Amino acid sequence: MITAGVDVGAKTVKAVILKDNKIVASNIAPSDGFERKKAAEQLWDKVLEQAKLSPSDINSVIATGTGKFDVSFANNNVVEPVADVQAALWLFPSARTVIDIGAEQIRVVKFDQTGKVSNYTLNQQCGAGLGAFAESMARALGVTLDEMSRLARRSQKEISINAECGNYASLDVVTLIHNNTAKADIARAILDAIATKINATVNLTNIEKPIALIGGVARNAGIVKALKRRMGDNFLIPKDPELAGALGAALIGASETS
Amino acid sequence: MTVEYWRWPEAGGVSTGVDGSKAAIITAGVDIGAISSKAAIICDGELVAYSIMRTDADSKASAQKAMDEALRAAGLQIGDIRYIVSTGYGRANASFASKTATEIACHARGAQYMYGPTVRTVLDMGGQDTKAIKCDQYGKVVAFIMNDKCASGTGRGIETFADMVCVPIQDIGAISLEVDEEPEPVSSTCITYANSMALQLMRRAPKNKVLAAYCFSIAWRDYILLQRLAHQSGDGSVEKDLAITGGLAKNTGIVSRIERELGFKALPAEKGDPQIAGAVGAAILAAEMVTSAKSQ
Repeated sequence: MITAGVDVGAKTVKAVILKDNKIVASNIAPSDGFERKKAAEQLWDKVLEQAKLSPSDINSVIATGTGKFDVSFANNNVVEPVADVQAALWLFPSARTVIDIGAEQIRVVKFDQTGKVSNYTLNQQCGAGLGAFAESMARALGVTLDEMSRLARRSQKEISINAECGNYASLDVVTLIHNNTAKADIARAILDAIATKINATVNLTNIEKPIALIGGVARNAGIVKALKRRMGDNFLIPKDPELAGALGAALIGASETS
Repeated sequence: MTVEYWRWPEAGGVSTGVDGSKAAIITAGVDIGAISSKAAIICDGELVAYSIMRTDADSKASAQKAMDEALRAAGLQIGDIRYIVSTGYGRANASFASKTATEIACHARGAQYMYGPTVRTVLDMGGQDTKAIKCDQYGKVVAFIMNDKCASGTGRGIETFADMVCVPIQDIGAISLEVDEEPEPVSSTCITYANSMALQLMRRAPKNKVLAAYCFSIAWRDYILLQRLAHQSGDGSVEKDLAITGGLAKNTGIVSRIERELGFKALPAEKGDPQIAGAVGAAILAAEMVTSAKSQ
């Protein structure tokens, strides 16, 4: 049984090929904006080659993500929370809540051991674009996201900036910069604000531990550290958190086909 | 090497071709903004050189860089400048400046110089905030409103938008105008909402329509700001002539939509780049400091 999942997100496209319940190939590429249909197709060719398979070998391709309808070669699609839950359970059978933090959305989903969703919060509008906000603030500091994360480690001082609204937070950062605040302290303040926002979203949901943390933003060590400071240490984070959506979609494909 | 769609080209040091080296009064203005730092050098009333650089985490260095680039383009040294005025968020960090001035005052003066003496309304579309300014025939500020709360971060937000839609930021305006029929605008309340709605719109609309809807929402918000200024300070009609300044003034998609809603065109910048109006105004104020000191 070979299935695949393709997750077309706001910034990146991810693909995972699952053979007999094992990941045999996976990859990630930029979504490329309006060219995301082509980006998905090119990524698909790449993972097939990685796995040394041809399209006819695949029993089912399931798409997910904001661009799920742009996956021309998909057999079906699933909504993101469903894919998130499937992945979380597969990765961590004890998990009962999954937090997916992407470029544009935060999703918090509570589920039982069968994967049935009991509670779900989606942060749009004021919480939208957390990943994008992190990148925007890195640009404001003139560094990459990874550099910002490393900078924050050197912070000597905790500074509070607005965590309600990205625009207000951005203005706070501008003020800090022009007040000649140490770059490391600004970096830390940004990560703390992001963690506070995530925590606030989680608090809107009636969650149950253990919590799995997935999505591209979960790869940022600085944000994860800031999140642990607020919410305690018990997060289950996979090796490749950004691939979880595609993995979940591939798992759905496997369960549908069998 | 990934393309950085959000990165608008820095102007570096730009010479206007005027030789200011033998001028009697040489002054400069620096505008250290949220996203860009600008410098302008004026010699005996002529704009000689300017620069537009990205502001980064080091405010002092950003100010210095902008000044150095303008000096290089003008073929001058810092010692040749008689008086320097600084403005913008980072005005205190231009250590080489003798005085600071508010952005409002500088944009009004700068706009009159660059766009023409008939300017009575200035719309400054900046990186972090938007300002609508009413001025008199001398370029003195009569009234202003700042849109910094929910309308903050427009310049910052459009960088994020460019990054998301993978369209070079300097092309967004032109592509947005390639529509036969104007779509509904996305949310005008907040640039974060607008970005989020634009992402959803990508599912069912092509590039030109999504960009059009996005630019329309920004233009609409700024049109409302101008109306509010007009109501607060006058009879409710936006006083001509209008000058649009700031980095976003270079987005033809936004500007033409503002003009459409107003029913008249804004003046084009006769001298310099729309983004340097604050720095130019500061340089003009600096020249006035010199002249008034002399006459005492």
